[in-house]
Amino acid sequence: MNHLPLIIKREYLTKVKNKSFIIMTFLSPLIMIALIAVVAYLSQLNNDKKRTITVLDESGFLKDIFQNTENTTYNNLEDFSLEEAVALVKETEGYGLLYVEKVDSLNAVSEKIKFYSEETPSLTVISGLEGKIEKFLRDKKLQQDGVSITQIEAAKTNVDIAQESFDGQKSSKLDNIIKLAFGGVAGYLLFMFIIIYGNMIMRSVIEEKTSRIIEVIISSVKPIQLMMGKIIGTSLAGVTQFAIWVVLGGVLMIVVSTIFGIDLAQTSTPQQELMNQAMQAEGAQAMAENLLNGINNLPLLNLVIAFIFFFIGGYLLYSSLYAAIGAAVDNETDTQQFMLPILMPLILAVYVGVFTVIEDPHGTVSTVFSFIPLTSPVVMLMRIPFGVPPWQQILSLLLLIGTFMFAVWFAAKIYRVGILMYGKKPTYKELFKWLKY
Amino acid sequence: MNDLLVADSVSKSFGNFKALNEVSIAVPKGSIFGLLGPNGAGKTTLIRIINQITMPDEGLVQLDGQPLKPEHIRDIGYLPEERGLYKSMKVGEQALYLAQLKGMSKSEARSRLKYWFDKLEIGDWWNKKIQELSKGQAQKIQFVVTVLHRPKLLIFDEPFSGFDPINANLIKDEILQLRDEGATVIFSTHRMESVEELCDHIALIHKSNKILDGKLNDIKRQYKTNTFEVGLQSNNSEAVIAEIKNKFEVLPATFKNLNDDVKLNIKIDASTSSNDLLSFLASKAEVHHFVEVIPTANDIFIQTVQNN
Repeated sequence: MNHLPLIIKREYLTKVKNKSFIIMTFLSPLIMIALIAVVAYLSQLNNDKKRTITVLDESGFLKDIFQNTENTTYNNLEDFSLEEAVALVKETEGYGLLYVEKVDSLNAVSEKIKFYSEETPSLTVISGLEGKIEKFLRDKKLQQDGVSITQIEAAKTNVDIAQESFDGQKSSKLDNIIKLAFGGVAGYLLFMFIIIYGNMIMRSVIEEKTSRIIEVIISSVKPIQLMMGKIIGTSLAGVTQFAIWVVLGGVLMIVVSTIFGIDLAQTSTPQQELMNQAMQAEGAQAMAENLLNGINNLPLLNLVIAFIFFFIGGYLLYSSLYAAIGAAVDNETDTQQFMLPILMPLILAVYVGVFTVIEDPHGTVSTVFSFIPLTSPVVMLMRIPFGVPPWQQILSLLLLIGTFMFAVWFAAKIYRVGILMYGKKPTYKELFKWLKY
Repeated sequence: MNDLLVADSVSKSFGNFKALNEVSIAVPKGSIFGLLGPNGAGKTTLIRIINQITMPDEGLVQLDGQPLKPEHIRDIGYLPEERGLYKSMKVGEQALYLAQLKGMSKSEARSRLKYWFDKLEIGDWWNKKIQELSKGQAQKIQFVVTVLHRPKLLIFDEPFSGFDPINANLIKDEILQLRDEGATVIFSTHRMESVEELCDHIALIHKSNKILDGKLNDIKRQYKTNTFEVGLQSNNSEAVIAEIKNKFEVLPATFKNLNDDVKLNIKIDASTSSNDLLSFLASKAEVHHFVEVIPTANDIFIQTVQNN
C-alpha cells in the first residue's frame, strides 16, 4: 500500500495550518522590509545633514578649491587667527575647521593641513577633503612643470581588460560579479533552506515520539515511507513559505518605497555609494546593457537544471540526516551532540564557497570540495556560473545521489529502531549497533 | 484451520539480548487470547512482530493461513501500550487520517466514525484538538481508531489504563461485542482480574520463553490442588477438627460468612471424590460452606513465574 501521498498531504497541511508557521510566513517579510526601511530612512537622515566646514587658509593656496555643495557649505575665513577661528566654529556649532598653516611653497602645503572638530569627523568627509586637495595639488604641481590642464585631462586613462574564453565567449568584470551573485545566492539559499527546514523535520519526528503516536502510525506504514513523507511534506511547506516571502517581500518593497518615497535600491553604505558613482560615470544605459549581457552570458539552462538537481539532492541528503537525529533522541535538548557533525560540513561548504570560489573557481580546493557530497551542493552551485565541465557536474551529482541513498538507508535504520526507543539518549556506539538490528 | 494467528518458533535478538526464544502461540478464531508475562518478558516484541513493526530473526507468523505480508496491516487493529495522538490535530481530521492509513476510503471512514462517535456519545468532539481533551477522552478516540477498520485481529496492550471504572466497563463491553461479531482479540495486560473476566485462552511469556499456554479453564484444572474450602458448625468442634485432620491434609482458611464457623481448607487425594468428602463432613457437623478452591489467574501467574 502506498501511503506516501497521504502522509505528504498531512505533513504539509499540519505545517501550513500551524499558527506560528502562518505568523512567521507573513510577519518575516514585514519585519525585513520594516528593517530595511528604517535603515534606509536613517542613512537618508545622515545624508541630508547639512555641514558647515570652516576653512582658514593662511597659505592662500587652497582658497578657491572648495565649492559649496548641497550638503556642505564651506566658509572661507580671512584675517582670523587660529584661536579666533576655533572659537567661531565652536560658537556657530560648525562641523569643523580645516586649517592650513602659512607656508612659502606649494610643496610644503601637504604637510601643514589640519582638521579641528568637536567630535571625530566622519571618514567620508575627511577622505573627500583629502581627495579634493590631492587632485588640486597634483594638477598645480604638474602645471608648474609646464604641463597644461588639457594635457593632464588627456593623460587620464581607464583600462578595462576585455576577457574572452578560448571558445570565444566574452566576459567582463561585471560578468564575474553577476556570476558570484548568482552562485552566492543559490548556495546561500540552499544553506538556509537546509538549516530552517531540516530543523523542522527533526522537530516533527521528535514530536511524534513524545506524543507517543509513532507506534500507532508505524503499525500502518513503513518507517521509510513515514520518513520520506515527512521530508517531502515539510519541503513543500518550505517552498510555499519561500514563495510567499519572495512575492510578499517584492510587493511590500514596492509599496513601502512608493509611500515613503525612499529609493531602497539606493540605500547603501558610503563604499557602495562610491561604487555607484563610478558606475554611473559609465552611463546608466551602457550599464544596464552590460548587466543584461552578463546575465545572457551565464550558462542559464545549465544553471537552472543544476540548481534543481543539486538543491534537491543536497536538501534530501541533509534532511534525512536530520530525521535520523530526531529519531535517535527524545527531546530537542539532546540533539546538540548529533547536530555538530551535520553543521560542520555545511558551514565549511559556505566558507569554501565564499573564500575560495571567488578567488579561484576552478582551483584545487574549490574543485575537491565540489565533489565531496556533503559540501558539493553548496560549492558546486557557486562554481557553476563560472562554467564547470559537464563531466564534473555529472560525477559530482552521481556521488551526491549515491551518498543520498546511503544516507536514506542509514537514516531509515536509525529511524526504524530509534522511534521506538524511549528514555536514555543513545551514544554513537549504540547508534552503530542499531544499524545491525 | 481454526487458528487465526499462528506464530511458529519465533526468535528475535537485539544485539546480544535475546528478546524472544522460539516462542510459538496459536490464537483461535473468535477467542480472546491473553498474552501475559512480567515486565520485559518479550510480549511487546512479539506484538510488534505480529504488527510487522519488527521482523523476526527466525520463525514464521501466519495470519489466516498465510505468512504475514504488508497487506495484512488492514486486517489488524493495534492499540499499543505507548500510545498517543497528534496533539494539535483535530479529532475528526486525525481519525480520518489514521483510518485512511489503514486502507479505508475517506467516505467509508467518515460514516464508520459517525457510527462510533454516536455510539460512544462523543460526536461533539469532532472539531476539538486532542490537547483540549482529557486523557481518558483521548483514549476513547484511540480505541475507536483502533477498531474502526473492522480488523479480523485486534491487539490491545493494556487497553484499560487511563480509564475510570465506568469507561473501562464501557470499553470492556465493546471488546466483548466485537468478539461476538467475529473479531479475534489478543489482550496483553498485567491486570489479572480482567484476564479472569475476558480471556478464554492465555499464554505466559517469561524471560523470552513461553512457559505456559492453553485454555484458561484447562490451565486452572491443571493447577488446582483438589482443595476445598469448608465452613462447619458443630457443638464439639475441636473433636471434629481433630477427626478431619486425622483423615485429610488441613490448612486454615479465611473467608467471609455470617456464622461463627470452623473454617478449613481441606486437601483430598485423587482417590477421594468431592462427594466422599462432603458426606464425611455432613456426618460430623453441619456444613454451611463447601467450595472447591480454583486457582485464580493471579495465583497461576505468580506461581509459574516464581517457579521459573
